[in-house]
Amino acid sequence: MELLAFGKTGWGDELFYATLMTIAVSITAMLIGFFFALIFTPLKLSKYKTLNLVGNFYTTVIRGVPELLVIYLFFFGGSGAIMYVASIFGYYEYIEINAFITGSMAIGIISGAYSTEVFRGAIQSIDKGQFEAAKVLGINKFGQFYKIILPQMLRLAIPNLSNVWQITLKDTSLISVTGLVEIMRQSYIAAGSTRDPLFFYSFAAVLYLLLTYVSMKLINKLEVKYSRGY
Amino acid sequence: MDFDLMITSLPKLLGATVVTLKLLSASLFFGLFLGLFFAILRLNKNIFINKFAYGYSYIFRGTPLLVQIFIIYFGLGQIEYLRTTFLWLILKEPYWCAIIAFTLNTGAYTSEILRSAFQTIKPGIIEAGKSLGISNKIIFYKIQIPIAIRQSLPAYGNEIILMMKGTSLASTVTLMDLTGVAKYIISTTFKPIEVFIVAGGIYLFMTFIIHNLIKFLEKKYSFQ
Repeated sequence: MELLAFGKTGWGDELFYATLMTIAVSITAMLIGFFFALIFTPLKLSKYKTLNLVGNFYTTVIRGVPELLVIYLFFFGGSGAIMYVASIFGYYEYIEINAFITGSMAIGIISGAYSTEVFRGAIQSIDKGQFEAAKVLGINKFGQFYKIILPQMLRLAIPNLSNVWQITLKDTSLISVTGLVEIMRQSYIAAGSTRDPLFFYSFAAVLYLLLTYVSMKLINKLEVKYSRGY
Repeated sequence: MDFDLMITSLPKLLGATVVTLKLLSASLFFGLFLGLFFAILRLNKNIFINKFAYGYSYIFRGTPLLVQIFIIYFGLGQIEYLRTTFLWLILKEPYWCAIIAFTLNTGAYTSEILRSAFQTIKPGIIEAGKSLGISNKIIFYKIQIPIAIRQSLPAYGNEIILMMKGTSLASTVTLMDLTGVAKYIISTTFKPIEVFIVAGGIYLFMTFIIHNLIKFLEKKYSFQ
């Protein structure tokens, strides 16, 4: 137990901050994922074949390639790509992007592919009559989407989005390979310096279980809220 | 684009794919039995057995695979007693540690898939078997299991693909699988995009094959 003490003698406070870091990365990645999903869902549902192709390419590639490989691509390729863009504007110094941004971007793009599939499924399962009724009532496209389709879609999407959240939360453990100090990395450091890997990795597992448990409880509440009237 | 690098790294990456496939097939093989075992426990009416099986699947589905590998590879070696038993012959090898972790992980997901498949079998089918005087054991092995396997094919196909992606984590415990070799080439040449295209292409090809194989099986064993 003294290994978990707060302060200089134990790893309690370090692991606490690492847990906050995991939560921060997960939320950022999830939001980046939503942003990607908002771009690619319309592409997948579009009537144009080329746009379909772009949308399908994104979801197929990301869901078919290991997360770790995507993270390596960002970790090793991220600053190179930024430097290339900067060189076009005449800036040739070395640019290092911070691990938090690279990590959240990599996990965000992965989570975005799953969110896209969830949104696509949810929109497709809304009754066609709803679109037609909105049109007949003379509601403009913007109103149709935000006031009629989105609220109905969210109700259908929330159970599946909670799966995406779980996947995203667990995927953040992989960013530890880039050196960002989240739960996994902190446990690795602690295990290395105390030579007690069994304890620290088991504790990391408990922290992840706690995070998934708490987030499930919160999402269930959200689900109830959005299912009012059904 | 460095096409020469893409061509020269292809044979190395294909060689590493063999390791990936070995890890995948071994863990799927053991995982299927483990999953079936725990799915049967989940259907047991005894609350302790039931809760035990639920706890297993909850823990392995609620924690990242990386943690599971690290506990088995780095953690178990710390227990002095284990080092004296024959188990140490297995646990000191990263290859077997990875397979154990993958097996336990895929077993948890498979048990959930099979459990829900067992629960969706219509009671009428079992009753029909009983009224024909078939013993409970034969009903289970000859009627329930084949139907459950057919029902769970689509979900199990997804699990195979997820597990294939999961095997990439073997590279974190020093194994040179497809991702491990890809990382090695990237870190020595600093050409991430080229290597990503080749390695990613190999993974996508495997996903494609698995996807179509499952589709074929689904069609072959469909009820119609």
